[in-house]
Amino acid sequence: MSQSTNPTTQFQTDANRVTADDDRRSFLRSSLRGYQTTRTATQERFLNYESARIAAGDAKWEAIENLDIYLAQFADKLEARGATVHWCSDSNEARSAILNIIKEHDAKSVIKSKCMTTEEIHLNDLLEKEGFEVVESDLGEFIVQLREEAPYHFVFPAMHLKKEEINSLFQEKLKSINTNDPEELTMVAREVLREKYLSADIGISGANFGVAETGMISITENEGNARLTTSLPKVHIALMGIEKIIPKLEDLALMLPMLATAGTGQHLTCYNSQLGGPRQDDESDGPLEMHVVLLDNHRTRLLADPEQRDALRCIRCGACLNVCPIFKNVGGHTYGTTYQGPIGSVITPHLRGLKDWKHLSHSSSLCGACSETCPVKIDLHHHLLRNRRDAAGKGQGMLAEKILMFGFTIVMRRPWLYRLAGRLGKVGHVLTKPIHGTRIDPFYAWKKTRDLDDPAKQSFKQYWKSRK
Amino acid sequence: MVNVLERLGHEVNYPEEQTCCGQPAFNSGYFPEAKQVADHFLNTFADADLIAVPSGSCTAMIRKFYPDLYQDSPQSQVVSELSSRVFEFTELLVNKLGVTDVGAKLDGTATYHDGCHGLRELGIQDAPRKLLENVEGLSLVEMDEAQSCCGFGGTFAIKFPQISTAMTQVKLGSASQTEADYLISGDPSCLMQIGGYFSRQKSPIQCLHIAEVLDQQ
Repeated sequence: MSQSTNPTTQFQTDANRVTADDDRRSFLRSSLRGYQTTRTATQERFLNYESARIAAGDAKWEAIENLDIYLAQFADKLEARGATVHWCSDSNEARSAILNIIKEHDAKSVIKSKCMTTEEIHLNDLLEKEGFEVVESDLGEFIVQLREEAPYHFVFPAMHLKKEEINSLFQEKLKSINTNDPEELTMVAREVLREKYLSADIGISGANFGVAETGMISITENEGNARLTTSLPKVHIALMGIEKIIPKLEDLALMLPMLATAGTGQHLTCYNSQLGGPRQDDESDGPLEMHVVLLDNHRTRLLADPEQRDALRCIRCGACLNVCPIFKNVGGHTYGTTYQGPIGSVITPHLRGLKDWKHLSHSSSLCGACSETCPVKIDLHHHLLRNRRDAAGKGQGMLAEKILMFGFTIVMRRPWLYRLAGRLGKVGHVLTKPIHGTRIDPFYAWKKTRDLDDPAKQSFKQYWKSRK
Repeated sequence: MVNVLERLGHEVNYPEEQTCCGQPAFNSGYFPEAKQVADHFLNTFADADLIAVPSGSCTAMIRKFYPDLYQDSPQSQVVSELSSRVFEFTELLVNKLGVTDVGAKLDGTATYHDGCHGLRELGIQDAPRKLLENVEGLSLVEMDEAQSCCGFGGTFAIKFPQISTAMTQVKLGSASQTEADYLISGDPSCLMQIGGYFSRQKSPIQCLHIAEVLDQQ
């Protein structure tokens, strides 16, 4: 990611770089092709996948529409089992809440399992600045942490890296053996991480779901690292966005396979854990303290928007990224956001401001592949259109575009002017011939990479008249 | 399109006052501007029994997005009635008129590109294929990811030319693998994008609108 202050410029610059990198793009495409094949096969194992999507969407809808009630129920149940619930309205509050817990315990080292919400509040930066050792235990996260970069994809954080690159990274940072074998590379990471679990004072996790009925968080993973992170250290802190709530425990029976299918193409992930509090008196293991940090961070702003609040149904499966032709061609870092791809382009303007992030809603061909695949049926590509409408409505469009649209309306409402514009266009085409293909050609943005046919000698209207 | 419909015995009228459906403004987020252009469309086509459109994208604008634009307006009833009379060319032939063979002939191999609006907003997928399968001398080969976007996307193609072109580059790869002579689509805008890039890359694949193919005798 380039260090530009303007998100639009940064996006354009990074998109230029990645789209020019044929090798990386084809690597990305072939990885996602594998995913797509497995996902399709797994979807076919459902009796009726479409009904499952509707049911999953409804379960989340019920939670989002009654979020106040379910959140309170969730917190009460958790507290009844001895957990502490922290209500945080923005990232600063969540950062302080977590920092205070860590300081109260005189902790030195923190182990984390994968949690995008901690990326959202930039927790690692803060903890490292405060002098704590922070180790990511998810393999992909561990790799990007060693590379000092952000996750590339919110489900597959290191999907952009080839095994050879991970080999050199491990040799450089971990003094590991020279191997391109994925299993051996995993063993290298495992050896480092096992030590860290045992020495960590604090374990930080996210939550894929928060079950209101029972007051439990549910964590989905494939490596077992979240289980170790949440049970070995004395203190477990879970950071959860308030939209992760689901009403009932039995909802998991649908949500867990939906998340796995849409996310990775698995029928179920290898591990799914439900945690409902710290170690109880009659239990022999588990953390002595459990803290659940609930984060709003402008999610309620989205909740207040009746048109787009269905975006809060998102279960962060990443399926919309995997099918998105924009994501496939610009990669994850180009977005410059915590949540990449279509869902990120929809919600980031709500979470971080439309003015600075509206370009994400424009950087889409509105093809609709995202909405077609979303397991909870979020109207993603139409929301991009709604963000465009809101940006234009607030006068945030470029001046040239405003003038163009004004002219467009004038011409298209007057058939005589439309005909005249057609004729002038032809004259203009002839007159501007000397500059065609140069940078001052009005069609340069198009013609740089694409040919453009000359205007037809006869318009359809003229043909129609001659035919009669 | 006119030739094919007339050959099938239908009377075709072309309202000469017509301009644009307003989609360029709509997709850029300028809804009030789009609605002004849509007003003109509604006036021009008010009396038509059936409206045939040689573009899935324009059809989607009228059938799916006009009702949104006119949601709380006094014209909403008029709009919803008119929307139900608008058909993309291939769905008009196959689904409305029940025609799958128009007696066309074209020698060679072709691959079909699904325009996103036609495919995902209107659910048109089988109609063009049925029509092409019945074109004498033409064999149809599916390309890899036929349903992935060509990269046009209206002003997107100008605002983000690098991403737009990268998407078409992928399309060229898929189309070339089929060794087809023709890439056929139901959307002029996709064809402008695909054709423009293919021609710049000196690809031998010829890009044709499905109406042009069905008109071949």
